Formats: sequence, C-alpha cells, structure tokens
Amino acid sequence: MRILSILSPILLATLFATASGCSSVEPWVKPYERDNLADPVMSLSRHGKADSYMNHVYQARESARGAEGGSGGGCGCN
Amino acid sequence: MAATDGNRFVLSALLLIVLLLSGHQAQAATLPVDNVDVLYHRYDGGGMVIDGPSVLVRKSIGSQFSLSGQYYVDSVSAASVDVLATASPYKEERNEYTFGIDYLHDKSILSLGFTNSTENDYEANTVYFSLSQEFFGGMSTVTMGYASGWDEVGRVGNDSFSEEADRRNYQLGLSQVVTRNSLVGLDLEVVTDEGFLQNPYRQNRYLDPNDSTAFLYQPERYPETRTSTSVAARALYYLPYRASIRAEYRYFSDTWGINAHTIELGYVHGLNEHWTLEGSIRYYTQGEADFYSDLFPFENSQTHLARDKELSSLSGTTLAAGAVYEWKQTSLPGIDRLQFSLLVDWLNFDYDNFRDVTAAGDYLPGEEPLYSFDALVTRASLILEY
Repeated sequence: MRILSILSPILLATLFATASGCSSVEPWVKPYERDNLADPVMSLSRHGKADSYMNHVYQARESARGAEGGSGGGCGCN
Repeated sequence: MAATDGNRFVLSALLLIVLLLSGHQAQAATLPVDNVDVLYHRYDGGGMVIDGPSVLVRKSIGSQFSLSGQYYVDSVSAASVDVLATASPYKEERNEYTFGIDYLHDKSILSLGFTNSTENDYEANTVYFSLSQEFFGGMSTVTMGYASGWDEVGRVGNDSFSEEADRRNYQLGLSQVVTRNSLVGLDLEVVTDEGFLQNPYRQNRYLDPNDSTAFLYQPERYPETRTSTSVAARALYYLPYRASIRAEYRYFSDTWGINAHTIELGYVHGLNEHWTLEGSIRYYTQGEADFYSDLFPFENSQTHLARDKELSSLSGTTLAAGAVYEWKQTSLPGIDRLQFSLLVDWLNFDYDNFRDVTAAGDYLPGEEPLYSFDALVTRASLILEY
C-alpha cells in the first residue's frame, strides 16, 4: 500500500496528461447500435430494491462486504 | 496504518477520476425514472425467519431534481444456533427510513441521502454522497461514492450498556460498453470501521480447566478497527437470441486476516414480449479471522477472541430462479410501465471450523459435528413507473 501511495501522484499526472490528449475518442458502439444493451435482460440491477436486499442478506452471513455494484451508499444496518 | 494507506489510495483514485472527467465532453445524463418499488421479502433458515415489506417512492421535481423515500422493515424471529447455545429465542423488528435527492447538473448526477435504522438495541445512521457521470459518448459510466455511518450499540436488559461504532465507505465504479452485445463493470470499495465492532450477545468458549469434558463461555473481544477492500469484475453478454449471460467475480480482504472469493454466473431468458425467466448460481468462500477459534484452550488465552461463525472459515452456495412479467406502455391510468418479479433463492452454508454445540448426543468439546444450514429467500417485487 505504501508503494501505491508513492506511485499515485505519478500515476495521476501520467493519466491526466494522457486524458487531455484523447478528448476526441469516438464511441465505437453508436447510439443506434445499443438496442440489445438497452434490453432489460442486460441490466445488472433490474429488480431495484429486491437486488439490494440480497446484498443485505449476504452481508449479515458473510464477512465480505462492498463492491456489490449498483447504487452504493452503505447498508445502514448491522 | 493500513486504514490510512487504504484511504489515501482511494482518495487518489477518486481525484484521478475527477481529473479525467474534467478533460472530456460528457453525454447528457438522465435522472432515475419516477417509480414506486414495492417489495415483500422473506428469509427462512438456520432457525431465523426474517420478513417484511419495503416501499420506495421516487418523484422528480422539475427537470433537475428527483426525490426518493424508502421505508423498510425486518421482522425477526430468532432461534439460531448462536442464540440457542447461550440465550433464549427472541423476536424483534428493525425499521429503516431512507431519504435521497438526486441532482442533475452540468451532465453529472449528484446524489445525497440519509438512512436511519432502528431496533430495540441498535441504531444506525448513514449519510451518503455519490457522483455519477457518463463519458466517451455514453460508452463509460463512472460512479464515485462516499458514505459515513455512526451507530449506537445497546444491549437488551442492560440500560447502562452503550457503545458506538463509526464506518466509512469509499466506492469507485466503472461500467463500460465493450461491443453492441457486451458490457463490463469494475468496482472497488474500501470500508473502514472504528469502535465497538462485535455482537454484544455472542460469546466464545474455552476448555474448562477443571474438567476436560466440558467448556465454559467468555465474552467476545474484537479489535476496535477494521479496514476491508473489495474488488469486483462483472461481464454481461447478449446472446444471439433474446437472452443474456452474466459472470461476476469479487475478491475481498480485510485487516482481520479474512480473505474471501465470490463467483456468480447468471442467465436471463426472454420468453416473449412480457415474460422473462432467470437463473443463477453463486459460490462464496472465506478464510477465518486471525483471532477466531471454535474452542480456546483456556480463559483469555489471547488479546482478541471470537467465535462468531461469520468470522470462521466457511463456504456458501446459492441457487436462484425467478420469473419476471413486464408490461411496457400499459393501458393502466397514469402507469407507463409495470414489472412484477417473483424470485426464489436457496442458500446453503457449510462451516469448516464452527461446531454445533446444540447437536444431540454426548460429544467431547471440539468433537461436535460441524455446523451447516440452508435457507430459502423469497422476494416478490412490483415496480410501477409513472
């Protein structure tokens, strides 16, 4: 972790420099080609609160927590 | 020290994203659609039955704000192995309220919210903030989140017992369109806790010094800090017919010495315009905390002591199935879209070094059968968009 904190500023500077040069990147999947992606079968959080409920079920029975995807905000529970 | 380095790394990453975003023309973002999300949930297994409703209402105010409120209930009836070993079955209820506001500004969405959760012996408060933005022509979505929580831990039957626990979450997520049929997602989350982190009711056991065929109980004693890091990758692919496959992997590690892996595979199949069926399989495995033991050799044999089964070495498998009915452009007055889902999950947990002291029969301490249980989770969800 110490190496990461030393490297972070260098990484930041490099990526910032790179980023400012690639503002002309064109989307390679055009908006009119996204009908499959817009189909609900391609959603990671289609069931709304029913999906975040399962994270709560697992957090109460497993030590792992976090990076569940979807909207964050913490569980607000124990 | 680990917490400080973890925080610094995540803050650096967040700063990096802000810098990246500032260099790009963003696409127009959209606020979440106005909707009512009603859920009934039920968990039944391992001596626990937990059920209740959840109702969320979301309404936009003008074109820039969207307000949401959620009420959630857990009605608990508990007679789990931990409870039966050292206490009596009990019933309790947890009520949770969440209020949120989303603000669309300059092609970004800023979200702010507050959650309060109360039960007779525990109160949890969380404020959260997140920033989400699309860029590269809507091909990429980056979300950064921060949450801060402060909890008050009580103990039924002991009014003078009052402890506190604080928590901070740092989240970073990327969702990326790869081809016209595939998406990937990457998520990083660091969580730090400080304060009273153990369950005040649970106890651990040690060999009785006067009788090697018996054991005695002593209170749990956890460290007062914990920092965990999770990294997850997800991929979703649209098949040549109307169906998708999904794969997810998550790695978890914390300063208590626990490492965990989660793997999940899912399939969603479109039957017709209205109906879809889905199924998934999930496997989870974790190692034990450094200070965990099913049976300590003698009283206060080490600084930190835990026999909470969630800190032991365990594995879990979930098999899930569901059916979804979707009706777009409904003829119902005022309703644009309706979605009803019925989802059933079967969970099984096997413990590698947590023994069942409630098992019938005469066993020497440390020779009881290993504990395992299964549970059925049922969810019925109705989402109405208006």
